[in-house]
Amino acid sequence: MSEPLLKVENLRIELTTRDGIAPVIDNLSFQLDAGENISFVGESGCGKSMTALGIMGLLPDRIGRIASGSIVFDGEDLTQASEARLKEIRGNDISMIFQEPMTSLNPVYTVGEQIAEVLRRHQDLGTSQAWNKAIELLDAVQIPNPKARVSDYPFQMSGGQRQRVMIAIALACEPKILIADEPTTALDVTVQAQIFDLLRDLQAETGTAIMLITHDMGAVAEMSERMIVMYAGRKAEEGRVDEVIEHPRHPYTKGLISCVPHIMKTLSKERHKLTEIEGIVPSLREFGRDTCLFAARCDMVEERCRSSRPDEAAFGSTQKSACWRAKEV
Amino acid sequence: MQADTLLNVENLTVRFAVKRGGGWGRKSYLYAVDDISFQIRRGETLAIVGESGSGKSTTALAVARLVPTHSGKVELDDEDFLGLEDEALRKARTKIQFIFQDPYSSLNPRLRSEKIVREPLDSLKTVPEEERQAIVDRLFKAVGLRKEQQRLFPHQFSGGQRQRIGIARALATQPDLIICDEPVSALDVAVQAQILNLLRELQGEFGLTYLFISHDLGVVQHMCDSIAVMYMGKIVEHADRLNLFNNPLHPYTAALLSAVPSVDKARREATKRILIPGDPPDPINPPKGCRFANRCPVAEARCNETEPPLRDVKGGHRVACHLVSDDAKSPL
Repeated sequence: MSEPLLKVENLRIELTTRDGIAPVIDNLSFQLDAGENISFVGESGCGKSMTALGIMGLLPDRIGRIASGSIVFDGEDLTQASEARLKEIRGNDISMIFQEPMTSLNPVYTVGEQIAEVLRRHQDLGTSQAWNKAIELLDAVQIPNPKARVSDYPFQMSGGQRQRVMIAIALACEPKILIADEPTTALDVTVQAQIFDLLRDLQAETGTAIMLITHDMGAVAEMSERMIVMYAGRKAEEGRVDEVIEHPRHPYTKGLISCVPHIMKTLSKERHKLTEIEGIVPSLREFGRDTCLFAARCDMVEERCRSSRPDEAAFGSTQKSACWRAKEV
Repeated sequence: MQADTLLNVENLTVRFAVKRGGGWGRKSYLYAVDDISFQIRRGETLAIVGESGSGKSTTALAVARLVPTHSGKVELDDEDFLGLEDEALRKARTKIQFIFQDPYSSLNPRLRSEKIVREPLDSLKTVPEEERQAIVDRLFKAVGLRKEQQRLFPHQFSGGQRQRIGIARALATQPDLIICDEPVSALDVAVQAQILNLLRELQGEFGLTYLFISHDLGVVQHMCDSIAVMYMGKIVEHADRLNLFNNPLHPYTAALLSAVPSVDKARREATKRILIPGDPPDPINPPKGCRFANRCPVAEARCNETEPPLRDVKGGHRVACHLVSDDAKSPL
């Protein structure tokens, strides 16, 4: 078997808080193959975005640090790489699009300038070459009349168009990995569908691997082959999307799927009460304890859940669940 | 009009003066809500769905008299709500209450939660002072908060708990109609379920009527008895829940539904994505024909010429599209 494109092993990311040091990512391991599409799901505060920032080397200065573990990208351990090397990789080999297309573009530069900047920095293109490439990229992300729109400022564009510009910037250097952190949360559903189509098409064309961070199970089902469910900084479940949705092996995954009212193929007359997951995600203070952190909200909880952290149990060749009673779920 | 109608909205129009486009000192107007009519029966839930800028929130605000209306009628319990003034208005305000989208900014950070819930009682003065504390106690219990939490300030609560305070506040004056403007969209998925279940329980318990504003069609499908779809200030389709979701007639509704990602494999395989490229036209100069024509996959010449009226078709379905037949067949 060939080496995966990205291999994260036993990653631990610590944040320094007022109450001491908290492991926001606790012993996380996963792999990503070239051209693959993987999703990270979970509520806010579960460490999805922290994983992304850790890989990008963009953890908050002085507060966050990678305490142990490795992130091997293309044979190179990013946790050991220098800041200069990370700068080379960011935006070139690994790039990221953010949730808020309104605030992640610079309001005082034209969108063309912002796309061209990446190209000049990483691909050594000249000013006019980079500008022409920027027009091509705007065309690739299906912005109508790219020749004129390239000189627009972000405020002249709609939310969906701004997110397309973000995608153009992220894909300018044909990265091997694209991290999309809730790329459509701020957008309307029809625009979301367009952005997903666009990402899928571009992925088929360029062979970029996509890491999609989301809380929407529907989006996961639509976009990805594999998924990882995160809870309180730990991996709760991992597996192929259809298998996990068909038969989740972790009570948290099960709750996440059934707590949302989904539109089914044919709607029935009666409506059942939604399954609730009682309570909320634990605070950072409780992260890192040697228990199952989901125990307080779980309806299958038993004694050992409160006394020791569950091991990962494997189901089939791909599905894994960190729950003591995974077999019974 | 049916006997059990609680809210009757007729030809409601809300417009905002805008700077651009008038020229020579003339004002030009943006019609955020353009001549819409609907009714809600007592005890039922009507959803207004649409994308940002479609006018759904403005409709909600106008019904509650939180923005001035240009023309039209809002009747609550056969009483003209827009014409009321002073004391009569204050009395009537107890009947319509609002739950806001953002539980972080819609609660006063300087007030204790008991005071927040009590505030409508204090300012609308419909209940004698000595009874108010008992009402607050009951409301805290009804929305699932503990009595000792009454002394806390908003920042000491989680998002879901704050939304519960917002709901308790809306219930304080025993309203007939509660307008929920995206009540769960700022909350985490797991917490959404708690709030949605609570809203449905309270509806049964207090016989509430909801006007539910949302862009999340999954939530709407779960919560509402009938649904009105808005596009650029107009209602383009209005039907009961099963009709709308199982047989969407307007091409825009169909496109909207087909865009919702689904975990149901059968639905994913059965849905053909209906693409609507481009953006809505300029709302200040809307086209003279159908406002959806420029993005519609089945538009014909007449769609650009005449605006389709909202008309009744089979099965109590209302739709504004030239191409829908009277026996409720979709043009797609």
